Amino acid sequence: MPTRGFIERSLEGFLGVLERALESEEFARRKGLLQSLDPRVKLVGTLGLVIAATTSHRLAVIGGLFALACLLAVLSRVPLRTLMVRAWAGAFAFTGLIALPAIFLTPGLAVGHLPLVRWPVTLTGMRAAAFLVSRVETTATFSLLLVLATPWTHVLKALRVLRVPVVVVVVLGMTYRYILLTIATAREMFESRRSRMVAELAPGQARRLAVSTAGVLLGKTMQLSSEVYLAMLSRGFRGDVYVLEEFSMGRRNWTWLLLLLALSAAAVWMGRS
Amino acid sequence: MHIPDGYLSPSTCAILYAGAAPFWYVSLRRLRRLLATRVIPLLSVFAAFSFVVMMFNLPLPGGTTGHAVGMAIASIVLGPWASILAISIALAIQALFFGDGGITALGANCFNMAVAGSLAAYAIYRGIAGSCPLTSRRRVAAAGIAGYLSINIAALLAAIEFGIQPLLFRDASGAPLYAPYPLKIAIPAMMAGHLTVAGLAEMVLTAGLVAWLGRSHPSLLRATAPGAPTSDDTNDPHAAFGWSAVRPLLVRLAVLLLLTPLGILAVGSAWGEWSPRDLAAVSAHREPPARVPPGLERLSSVWTAPFPAYAPPFLRSASFGYLLSAAFGSGLILLMAAAGDRVLSGRQRSG
Repeated sequence: MPTRGFIERSLEGFLGVLERALESEEFARRKGLLQSLDPRVKLVGTLGLVIAATTSHRLAVIGGLFALACLLAVLSRVPLRTLMVRAWAGAFAFTGLIALPAIFLTPGLAVGHLPLVRWPVTLTGMRAAAFLVSRVETTATFSLLLVLATPWTHVLKALRVLRVPVVVVVVLGMTYRYILLTIATAREMFESRRSRMVAELAPGQARRLAVSTAGVLLGKTMQLSSEVYLAMLSRGFRGDVYVLEEFSMGRRNWTWLLLLLALSAAAVWMGRS
Repeated sequence: MHIPDGYLSPSTCAILYAGAAPFWYVSLRRLRRLLATRVIPLLSVFAAFSFVVMMFNLPLPGGTTGHAVGMAIASIVLGPWASILAISIALAIQALFFGDGGITALGANCFNMAVAGSLAAYAIYRGIAGSCPLTSRRRVAAAGIAGYLSINIAALLAAIEFGIQPLLFRDASGAPLYAPYPLKIAIPAMMAGHLTVAGLAEMVLTAGLVAWLGRSHPSLLRATAPGAPTSDDTNDPHAAFGWSAVRPLLVRLAVLLLLTPLGILAVGSAWGEWSPRDLAAVSAHREPPARVPPGLERLSSVWTAPFPAYAPPFLRSASFGYLLSAAFGSGLILLMAAAGDRVLSGRQRSG
């Protein structure tokens, strides 16, 4: 069933993106700890914690950071089940598969053997696999928490604190909006094709269908670009872009910023080799 | 291909951010100079397209499916500099909002796919396609090869980045801190999937889109095909039937001219071809006429050919005479055609 499979799998992917975008907006509106903080605090704090998890040479420190991420999620009313579905399961399946052979392939002290094939299980290999998986899980959790607890427009505006040029922030914002629009267009095209199918297509026909859909989407994209540009011109656009700086840092936000940065610094210090 | 956080050391990530930054800077400057205010909507919308096309589940030969990155088609439609930015933006959105690729590894992902992938795809495509027409099969093949090779170059870079981690970063016990496999494992493991499924997906998407665009929107291929005949040329009958269009025919004509002396080898002559007397002489199995018909005799002397019997009287070599006669005759026909073309095109312009 190559044809139906390809259309349905693509449709599932599109719907998955739309669902995740909507779900993020819904979590961002909840009243929780991270939601109440200034987006710049969350962005800088998350970046600090991700860097701390990435630099650590100690598994216990990475484990501690993972626990901190779970605590922040609970305090922000983000269910652990959501983290499991959107971050942990995928990261574990993908990275776990990659890390698994390291247990046998990394040279070191053998602590056992795999039954039947007698491959040596080394302590060094287990540590290497644990480093990789725990680091990926922890950083993925922090990154997801940032997105779930912050409206995407605020995340983009907060990038200005990292000296990201205004034009890049504006382009990122427009891209996000047009991704949702382009996905909706692609979904409609696939849906309308599927509704006219009475039998499976041959693999070659399926490929041609996929490519022609992408081609039409590209043509519509370029047309949309011209229309957006004309609309921008009609609103007086002359090439200068601005971002409204609507955030304000109170004492509470400063306290949390210092706390998150202090935790990150402590993790970096404790995670030294 | 999208490297998550935790696979690369912070120093590797920093170096690759630093490696990608000059390309971002140069791309943005070049685009703003070329497109001015148009650059923002173009990049935004094309980055959105790249993001969505990465989600297409492409059916591949052999029954499997795969995802393409779209960097080659972005390079072909937008050029390499805009492609670097568009793909980088798509990767940034994926990392920031959808967890596909890490935040600290964003520089590495952009360096591999957006920078190296786009530049490689552009160079390969331009190198193979040359200045062939926008609708030619060679351009489609060039796009497919560019897609296949560019994604494999990006994958090779990622594999090298993975492979150097255990050489450089280990804990006190000797355990690798990041990607655990050395180059001899990382490269084959990474390339196996990309030389087969991912490379094929990129090839199918890029070649298929270029073929589709060549038929439906050839103007979208124009930006990276400066020497290709324009669509106006293909609609212009004078360009379509101009000297460049008939060059293959002229080559064949020249070969035939060189072969004309072979005619001397022929035995006998056509019935009544050369003179009225032949009419009587070569009527093999029939009673020949006693004399040449008077009307024929009279009219045959009205015009005397300058090169009688394809043998100009001033040449001693029969072969060269044949050759010269052929060249003279063909040249005369071409001259008449050119004159007729000029007269007709002058009338069309004045009309």
